[in-house]
Amino acid sequence: MKGPADVGGAEGFGPVVPDPDQDPFHAEWEKTAFGLTIAMGATGLWSLDRSRFMRESLPHTTYYGSSYFEIWLRALERLVAEAQVGSDGEVPPKRVLKQENVRAAMAAGGPTEREDTAPPRFAVGDSVRVKPMRPKGHTRAPAYLHGRVGRVAMVHGTHVFPDTSAHRKGEAPTPLYNIAFDAAELWGKDTTVSQVRADLFEPYLDPA
Amino acid sequence: MSADHDHDHDHDHAHLSEMEVRVRALQSLLVKRGYVDEGAVDELVTLYENEVGPQNGAKVVARAWTDPAYAKRLEENATAAIAELGFTGRQGEHMVAVFNTPSVHNMVVCTLCSCYPWPVLGLPPTWYKSPPYRAKAVADPRGVLTDFGVSLADDMNITVWDSTAEIRYLVVPLRPEGTAGWSEEDLAAIVTRDAMIGVGLPSPS
Repeated sequence: MKGPADVGGAEGFGPVVPDPDQDPFHAEWEKTAFGLTIAMGATGLWSLDRSRFMRESLPHTTYYGSSYFEIWLRALERLVAEAQVGSDGEVPPKRVLKQENVRAAMAAGGPTEREDTAPPRFAVGDSVRVKPMRPKGHTRAPAYLHGRVGRVAMVHGTHVFPDTSAHRKGEAPTPLYNIAFDAAELWGKDTTVSQVRADLFEPYLDPA
Repeated sequence: MSADHDHDHDHDHAHLSEMEVRVRALQSLLVKRGYVDEGAVDELVTLYENEVGPQNGAKVVARAWTDPAYAKRLEENATAAIAELGFTGRQGEHMVAVFNTPSVHNMVVCTLCSCYPWPVLGLPPTWYKSPPYRAKAVADPRGVLTDFGVSLADDMNITVWDSTAEIRYLVVPLRPEGTAGWSEEDLAAIVTRDAMIGVGLPSPS
């Protein structure tokens, strides 16, 4: 979806304001919001892609008026409500992350690469165009690249497809590519970037 | 999120207590219903507040600066090369290292959310997650650098990496002049988080 999170190339947000310190948290509640989000992700009740969809589908006014950990908390509240936690219909956790398992779980992470299901359609050097699109659901094709022509710079293998994973339609492993876009193709002369590189899934792309 | 918002202290205080109340209510529900081990929440915070941070990435960069064979492995398979130093896992499952050269400067952003290589840089700073950076980096990286007080030569090409999937990018800056003979440890000390995102440069002073 082209929601409030999809801001690449937008004007009007003002200058970047560097943080005065190196601390990732600036209030106690932010620490808890972070820890709860990760711990609930470990329950297996929803995918990381669904979490992202719940953040990006917040109303514009809410999204832009919230700090990042507020966005995380609001999305977590929606996910918990979706799982009906605390009601008769609550979905039980598939796993519970215990304190003693935190380090091992974080060090293992959650790789998204899967066995190839079909040979990739594109190879390094191929010219491709990002499809025009306006999906209602989650996608990882940012709007500023829709319709633009680039070339395949890397073939990343086959990965979980966020567009289905976010909507409980399975992992649908899909080839993923790194695509190089020349600045002029994106912005004409009005830019200081030379090249933009983005990771895009095969269904987003047509030969060009 | 805007500067006005951040500096409106009365509003902030009321707001913080509201968030505090909401977080506590949610935590209490999730613990009571058996979804969350409270100790795990504390452990996650300890891990990412105090232990996993840019000092990890700095070791990777310093090793690459001093060991050409390691630099080659980092270029060819960054996930494995970074794992050699003990840094693996969440939000760094699939790593790519991008090397600055005398003619190309790299910068990393996530325009859609806040994707960031946790095992080597820790959790992202607020500015990295906020719309001003996410909007500007892909179109005007020199403007971003100006916001950070950094300027590059006019003929420097800037490549911006938008982390739109689960691949995470680490910038390997150029080793600054004036560091010949430095130990790996001394080199790591000048590799900043910002340099490994591409909004800063390491300096020997």
